[in-house]
Amino acid sequence: MKAAVLVFPGSNCDRDLAVALRGAGADVEMVWHKETALPEGVDLVAVPGGFSWGDYLRCGAIAARAPVVPALRRHVERGGYALGVCNGFQVLIEAGLLPGALMRNAGIRFVCRTVALKVTTAHSRFTAGYRTGQSLSVPVAHHDGNYFADAETLRRLHAEDRVAFTYGEPVNGSVDDIAGILSANRRVLGMMPHPERAADPALGLTDGAALFRGLVEDAVPA
Amino acid sequence: MKARVTVMLKDGVLDPQGEAVRLALTGLGFDGVRGVRQGKVIEVDLATEDRAAAEAEISRMCETLLANTVIESWQVELP
Repeated sequence: MKAAVLVFPGSNCDRDLAVALRGAGADVEMVWHKETALPEGVDLVAVPGGFSWGDYLRCGAIAARAPVVPALRRHVERGGYALGVCNGFQVLIEAGLLPGALMRNAGIRFVCRTVALKVTTAHSRFTAGYRTGQSLSVPVAHHDGNYFADAETLRRLHAEDRVAFTYGEPVNGSVDDIAGILSANRRVLGMMPHPERAADPALGLTDGAALFRGLVEDAVPA
Repeated sequence: MKARVTVMLKDGVLDPQGEAVRLALTGLGFDGVRGVRQGKVIEVDLATEDRAAAEAEISRMCETLLANTVIESWQVELP
């Protein structure tokens, strides 16, 4: 599998994401936000965590209008895989590639700790390496991870089995404890927790590794 | 022409920052505070002096970038 990791000014989990993807066997290229095309043959676009443009205006808002984003949009519309982690999830939402909004944490504070994360559906390439209902330990580190969506969007997300992960404990006030959601074609995943920080025994946590493994080994080209 | 855009969270959307400010005000002894909502003000200096053109342009800016219309509403003041 060929993966592209987007890099914005202020991204700081881009290399971690690349290491996790390479660890799972992907061929990874870093792509600067000013590029207007993705490398030939990319199967997965990964949007990393960090503080793109210093979180100015709204988290992910300016990155979502960067020159590379139309290429990401075409990739997604073609049925390509995309993964957004933390600020990357905020970017995918701001770009309109996933529904809802991510607001300031209900407790106002920046939350930085390992949390219990429940796999809500194993029905996606991202989560096929887990059992539905399985509990994982994955770190979060964010100020704006409070997922919000209107009642109709929430109803659709649940009805279509598109909630990928929920928190197993109070974290940020997200509606229905939502930590990660899938697109309608199940090929775009946005999540606030950092699986790339839990993908190597050297990091002390390994529960995130199966996400990258499943994606890299079993992805079906678009 | 300077346009002044006010972006606020929509009614019904929880505003944790406004709530923190309200609690702080109450803690300072301001007993009459029933609620606080915090938003942002963005000033945009436009090249045009045509009000209608400015209004149309700034509306597009609000819809495409300045506000997240899933959770925020916006208002424009022109001189």
